[in-house]
Amino acid sequence: MTGRPMTIARADRPRRRTPAPVQASGAGRLSPQRRLRRRSRLTALAFVAPLIAYLAAFYVYPLYRNLDLSLRDYTVRSFVAGDAPFSGWDNVRKVLDDPTFAPALRHTMVFTFVSIAFQYVIGLGLAVFFNRHFRLSGVLRALFLIPWLLPLIVSASTWSWMFNSESGVVNYFLHFFGVDPVGWLTSPDWALTSVIIANIWIGIPFNLVILYSGLQNIPAELYEAAALDGANTWQVFRRITFPLLRPVSAITLLLGLVYTLKVFDLIWIMTKGGPGDSSSTLATWSYQLGFGTLLPKFGPGAAVGNLLILIALAFGLLHIRVQRRLEA
Amino acid sequence: MTPTYRTLLAALTAVGALVSLTACGAGSGSSGAGHASSGTYTFWDPYPQFDASSPWGKRVAGCGTRAGVKVARTAYDTTDLGNKALLAAQQGNAPDVMLVDNPVVSTLVEAGILNKTGDLGLDTTSVQKNIIGAGTIDGSAYGVPIGANTLALYYNKKILSAAGVTPASIKDWNSLTAALKKVKAAGKKGITFSAISTEEGSFQFLPWFWGAGGDLTKLNSARGVAALSLWKQWVDAGYAPKDVIQNTQTTSWQEFATGTYAFGENGTWQLGNAEKAGFDHGILNIPAREGGSAPVPTGGEFVTVPVQKDTSRYDVSKKIVECLTSDASLLPTDTTLMYVAPTAAVQAAQVKQNPKLKPWVAAVAAARGRTSGGLGTKYPTISQPLWTAVQSALSGGKSPQAALDTAQAGAGKN
Repeated sequence: MTGRPMTIARADRPRRRTPAPVQASGAGRLSPQRRLRRRSRLTALAFVAPLIAYLAAFYVYPLYRNLDLSLRDYTVRSFVAGDAPFSGWDNVRKVLDDPTFAPALRHTMVFTFVSIAFQYVIGLGLAVFFNRHFRLSGVLRALFLIPWLLPLIVSASTWSWMFNSESGVVNYFLHFFGVDPVGWLTSPDWALTSVIIANIWIGIPFNLVILYSGLQNIPAELYEAAALDGANTWQVFRRITFPLLRPVSAITLLLGLVYTLKVFDLIWIMTKGGPGDSSSTLATWSYQLGFGTLLPKFGPGAAVGNLLILIALAFGLLHIRVQRRLEA
Repeated sequence: MTPTYRTLLAALTAVGALVSLTACGAGSGSSGAGHASSGTYTFWDPYPQFDASSPWGKRVAGCGTRAGVKVARTAYDTTDLGNKALLAAQQGNAPDVMLVDNPVVSTLVEAGILNKTGDLGLDTTSVQKNIIGAGTIDGSAYGVPIGANTLALYYNKKILSAAGVTPASIKDWNSLTAALKKVKAAGKKGITFSAISTEEGSFQFLPWFWGAGGDLTKLNSARGVAALSLWKQWVDAGYAPKDVIQNTQTTSWQEFATGTYAFGENGTWQLGNAEKAGFDHGILNIPAREGGSAPVPTGGEFVTVPVQKDTSRYDVSKKIVECLTSDASLLPTDTTLMYVAPTAAVQAAQVKQNPKLKPWVAAVAAARGRTSGGLGTKYPTISQPLWTAVQSALSGGKSPQAALDTAQAGAGKN
């Protein structure tokens, strides 16, 4: 690590010359001014350095390794020896040609967009509801945060018990209405629906909290004015709440998109992407390739991971653009 | 001005600390965790259920003491251990001694990170051939089995007698299916097993696949299809619950332990729990299609010695392995793990100690290694399409034939 002695030297230099700039700045001479500017640049650099070190260690390097993995033909032997031959786009091509790819991509999109749509609508409904401040509304709102607070392993396992086709409480409940047991997690027709339902439940609090805080920022006068004009509840929502909430909505939806795209643990705990591959998404497939079997396929696994990063990046850039446009 | 300097200094100190931390991390990584001090030997196993105070934990520590070193033991989840070992080997800090599940051995050998037992001077002649088979690649053994386990059918005596089924009448698939039908007619549940989409699912399916005469290199043969059709028929007729495709062997056991199932396909390791289940149980070897016992897959771990840069460490590692796999050590170890010992002498002692192990010893003697018969690292590329086929057939997505056709097309592809 060469950075260390260098930064120490930098730290020493300004300390010795402490008094100089203080006197010089008043006199307005050129060279001390430049020195001052350089020092402030160094200060800025020193402040940024920890962040850069952090980003390099925890973002750039893992991303680089993942890219490297996806561009080489790794076998278990070459993984250990570190001499895997460069194979260009072979892994990516292999992944794109795989019969699992199209369903996985489709499931990822369905999972993401259906989850987001329901999370947003329900979250918005609850936010508007709790904005009315009735008795116990604080307690109730706190209760709605529970899905967010629970560790995912707990909530996902609980959902998978509830959806159990033999002894699950959901089928037990349906039984009272004369509905035949549904193979929530065991039927290829239902597995994706089941994980989406669980994911919607988990995502509602996030939408609720952000949209609720957005509602707090809408001036009360507007509602008063609307009340004076005789607007009904729906009109108030259509004409005031929803338009003024648009910036917050955009951020909520885009953040939700990025979060939901990469959901892995929930699906893995509930169905492992199965039965067959009826609920596998790009995230679970990537894990399945890399770690799901006794003989890991790191290359294709990393390639799927990269595709996922690219999709998330596209939405991330969209997020930044939307945010910039809103701020402008 | 002074505050600026102070913050500047603070920031720089932070950078310094971070850099030295990274340096520290890199340092310990390259020198290897196993070499932190020459008196400490690292030991990995897949038994997180046993802590340092358990008999197993104490035995590992004791073997270290006897070899004159301190053993630092780490327990991983069994599905995790293979990948952890690969990563550690890549970083150059593989453990000195490692216990791994038998089908993982061939993968680790393929990666070139295990020593041959012959090169280390370990004697494996007393170990049963079919048990060490899973750890033998191209004629050389790469580990010493600590014990073996396999699958059989546990049955609930009360349910069978209420349904009018005598266990002795179950000799082949037809008589088993007939028994399940009677049990269902008597208002009880038939059989539970694990068909989850992991190695466990393939492990549980293999006795039926092999029992039909199936061949792992040709998954979609008529015999393989017959085995999958049997399972599908059970699920479709309600003899087996639909959630078998989600069952791990543990959840499948929990279903059987409720006392509502007549049969449960499970392993030697559940014997202790069976005593606690609160109902009378019996054990039946899994029948082959046309009668007789089906070949079952061997389970159980191998003690291996991963390759080290510092070859002088092997002497002590060898002592630790010998200590763990000595007859005197195997008996209590396999009793704790509920495994069948890999040597005839210890098996005899085990049966003497616990006569209930007798059918298990017979089952292990008839068992096959999953990676045996030259399959080696091809096995994982066959097993994954196989469990996927089982999943898609049982969930109704595909017919057994179509599912296994797909599996065969995908098998062996890397």
